[in-house]
Amino acid sequence: MIAFVIRRVIQALIVIFIISVIGFAVKQSVGDPVREMTGISVSADELQEFRETLGLNDPWYVQYVRFLGRAIQGDLGNSFFYKRPATEVILEKAPATLELVFVSSLIIIVFSIPLGVFSAIRPNHFLSRILMSGSIVGVSIPVFLTAIMMIYVFSVKLGWLPSFGRGELVMIGGWDSGLLTVDGWRHILMPSIALSSIMLPLFIRLIRAEMMEVLESEYIKFAWAKGLSNRRVWFVHAFKNTLLPVITVGGVQLGVTIAFTILTETVFQWQGLGFMFMEAVERSDSPLLVAYLMFVGIVMVVVNTIVDLIYGLVNPTIRISGASS
Amino acid sequence: MSTLATFRESYLWYSFKRDKIAIASLLVLVVLFSSAIFAPLIAPYNPYDPEMIDIMNSEIPPAWEDQGTWEFLLGTDSQGRDMLSTMIYGMRISIIIGLGAVLLQAFLGVLIGLFAGYHGGRLDAIFMRAADVQLSFSYLMVAIFLSAVLQAVVGVSRFGEIAVPFLILVIGFSQWPQYARTVRASVLAERKKEYVEAARVAGFTSSRIILSQIFPNTLSPILVLSTIQVANAVMSEAALSFLGLGMPIDRPSLGSLINSGFEYIFSGAWWITILPGALLVVLVLSINLLGDFLRDVFNPKLYKG
Repeated sequence: MIAFVIRRVIQALIVIFIISVIGFAVKQSVGDPVREMTGISVSADELQEFRETLGLNDPWYVQYVRFLGRAIQGDLGNSFFYKRPATEVILEKAPATLELVFVSSLIIIVFSIPLGVFSAIRPNHFLSRILMSGSIVGVSIPVFLTAIMMIYVFSVKLGWLPSFGRGELVMIGGWDSGLLTVDGWRHILMPSIALSSIMLPLFIRLIRAEMMEVLESEYIKFAWAKGLSNRRVWFVHAFKNTLLPVITVGGVQLGVTIAFTILTETVFQWQGLGFMFMEAVERSDSPLLVAYLMFVGIVMVVVNTIVDLIYGLVNPTIRISGASS
Repeated sequence: MSTLATFRESYLWYSFKRDKIAIASLLVLVVLFSSAIFAPLIAPYNPYDPEMIDIMNSEIPPAWEDQGTWEFLLGTDSQGRDMLSTMIYGMRISIIIGLGAVLLQAFLGVLIGLFAGYHGGRLDAIFMRAADVQLSFSYLMVAIFLSAVLQAVVGVSRFGEIAVPFLILVIGFSQWPQYARTVRASVLAERKKEYVEAARVAGFTSSRIILSQIFPNTLSPILVLSTIQVANAVMSEAALSFLGLGMPIDRPSLGSLINSGFEYIFSGAWWITILPGALLVVLVLSINLLGDFLRDVFNPKLYKG
């Protein structure tokens, strides 16, 4: 197990290193920091001198080490637009995205588990058939289209729900939360449903497939033979073993979720990280762009590593097969 | 003639004839693809021709609505372009990018999968780790980052000119791991079989064994994967264009049409965004349904693990 942990952590470090190199390369190739700082009315000599004091004439590896050193201390440069440290901007926008992801994960968990289990237990029930064909339709509708259609129906036509923004916020020690006011919940409802709309069918299908496979296995047959009640076999013996692969896939889906927060936040003008990222792209705000890239990359590496470690802990075959390759 | 006869006796044809959903989705796809190919002949207007666009005709609703005219069957968009023609041309671009991206990712993924799977060892380990890592970041994420960075580097106006080849590259590079994994898995299974052993004894070189002996036996999973990947690529392109990281508005794909019509739903002009959206869903859904059918026919257990 220790060897497995060490191998996995080394791999994570390599990936973080690659992310930092990519971040550095982007920073080097997008925009000219000297131009951003000085404007145009500066002579070429002065520019050259300025470049020298900023260390921009050093070889690239010296600049990279400097970049890495600052990044480890949380300094990724100042955003051109906000005129503030990029990490500060990111930490300020993060709560909005985290709340959105949190509410949509709640929706996914609350709906996918009962629906997936039901369609595994009763595969021929008409409700299961509707669920299965409905889920392939669900997967085929892009998140942003779901969002637009919801806005058209519930905001434009019916006028029930607000179409953009986060509504009334409450500050709790640097975390501005929309989950404590009714208005905040009215605002988060549509974005979170839109965000969960593409994952929900995937998870229903996944839980169903896993559950059906578990129900075929020997120990379940043994449990039936022992004369256990249906409920006990389904919910205690089978369901427990269904969850494991679901959790791993859930961890891997984090990257997909982040990609979809960018789409959802753009449609609803949700003031989170995804919206900030698209604004940074439009404004060529390269420090903020790089900061977002590094932030998301590192969060994802950490989450994936933890998920892998948990999986290795409960499923020893992973550790062994990992060793042989 | 003989290949036709064997096809008519095959299990594929047998199950296809009995699957109404598969027949329907194939029909829809044939209609959509042929209207995309023959777009200049079918579309009533040419959306790229400024002569045919009159700003006075903007935001006319579809013909069946109150203010609609039969001149523009599905209405017009904010610039006065005929929706039907713009959608057909948009779908054409979406399909070109989708197919191109899948060709590229199949080429990369199949080559890597075949050689890494056959030779094994260090190279195989490195490629598969890279595939794992890239998959854990999700292809859409990778594609969004790549195009955001490239757009920032080359600038928005130049980006518009190279958008088609660029989107093909981005989506192709962000999705090769799917192919590499699938192909590698079947190579590992084939490698141990006797016909490969026989070829090796007969003195074939390893590239010849890989390309002419093993490759043909990995074709059915490749076919199944390819249908799903075309749907994925079309969806990715739509997402990128919707974010403004894809096709520019003067040469719109379905995604950029949805994007450009979005703000008009607040003034009630729903058709500018909902109609291209519906076309996109129909396109993706029928590819997915056909993919589901192929998966069931070729290998019911293929994607379970």
